[in-house]
Amino acid sequence: MSNELVLLAVLMGAVTYPSRALPMLAPGIERLPARALLYLRLVGPAVLASIAASQTLVQGTGETGYRIVIGVEILGVVACLLVVAWRRNLFLGLLVGVGLVAALRYAGLG
Amino acid sequence: MTADLRAARRQLVLDSLGIAVSAVGFALVFGLSARSAGYSLVETSAMSLIGFAGAAQFAAVGYVAQGLPWLPIIVLTFFLNARHLLYSASLAPRLRHVPLVQRAAMAHFLTDEAFALAATHFHRVGRVDIPGYWIGAVVGVFIPWNVATIVGYLLGSAIPDPAVLGLDIVFPAAMAGLAVGLMTGRREVVAAGAGASIGVGASLIVGPSVGIVLGGLIGPLLGMAMPAPAGGPAEPVVAESPLALQPSHMADAVAEADADAELEPPDEPGPMP
Repeated sequence: MSNELVLLAVLMGAVTYPSRALPMLAPGIERLPARALLYLRLVGPAVLASIAASQTLVQGTGETGYRIVIGVEILGVVACLLVVAWRRNLFLGLLVGVGLVAALRYAGLG
Repeated sequence: MTADLRAARRQLVLDSLGIAVSAVGFALVFGLSARSAGYSLVETSAMSLIGFAGAAQFAAVGYVAQGLPWLPIIVLTFFLNARHLLYSASLAPRLRHVPLVQRAAMAHFLTDEAFALAATHFHRVGRVDIPGYWIGAVVGVFIPWNVATIVGYLLGSAIPDPAVLGLDIVFPAAMAGLAVGLMTGRREVVAAGAGASIGVGASLIVGPSVGIVLGGLIGPLLGMAMPAPAGGPAEPVVAESPLALQPSHMADAVAEADADAELEPPDEPGPMP
């Protein structure tokens, strides 16, 4: 069996690693202006919310691009959010969210 | 180790467990997809070990199956994973006391999930906790992803569709849940709300891989436009080890930034685009 795609994996790793490493390895990042440090502190909530919202609401439609989809997935994510905000427990939130979506789909609602 | 740190690490392990479930679900499918596309087990495993980038791995499987040349796959991988620049830049000021070689190693394991777990954990303990980073990145993501890749390859079509079990929502739900842990003030809430709105809007136009990055880039600017909190920096920064941030530096920096924001004349263009 061929293993030539191992080289492709190495090349994919090689183009991914710089984006993961460069800012972390750059010298003098602690000497950034205060506003830049504040900006970087806010990247976390912004990018995580961006991922969550895009992954939940946006779906590819093949040739026509992307569209907003309102489905049971939103209920699952919102249920998880509420549980996490209430109990500060992500695992419990995920159990509730996944359970809700699985139950709704089983019932033919999703 | 303090009781607070022990409690925070227990919470991190629980959080990582949820993330691991998501990683296992999708890596099983990746293993199956790679096998269907004609990958060998070694090639499949190499993708998860060396490439270690979920969306790009799935895209590569599709392109290889279609017989596309490697160059577009590599270019696509670069763009799909460019968002890691944001994660790395966001963690970098906190990691500046970590030895260079260790930072270089940590970088390979920096994924969406690893960033989310690390950022939330560091925020929770108020300082950098390197073992905590490894727990989230390796125990919570890397090991489950790689083991499940192999299992998925070997089990083949016996694997149930994660969507049937509702596991497809674990990833976005986990990202949303971990974002909640970072929201300690108005600025964080506005940054998250703006990031979500811009992310969705931009994803509709240019696709999620670019939309997510735009949300992450522009959202913080809107958060910074909010007035500074009255009680000083929202995030406590405690220096308990050489790896911790120097409290005076960070607190001064944040306070200075807050003061800057308040001193800006109202008619002066702010950081908003």
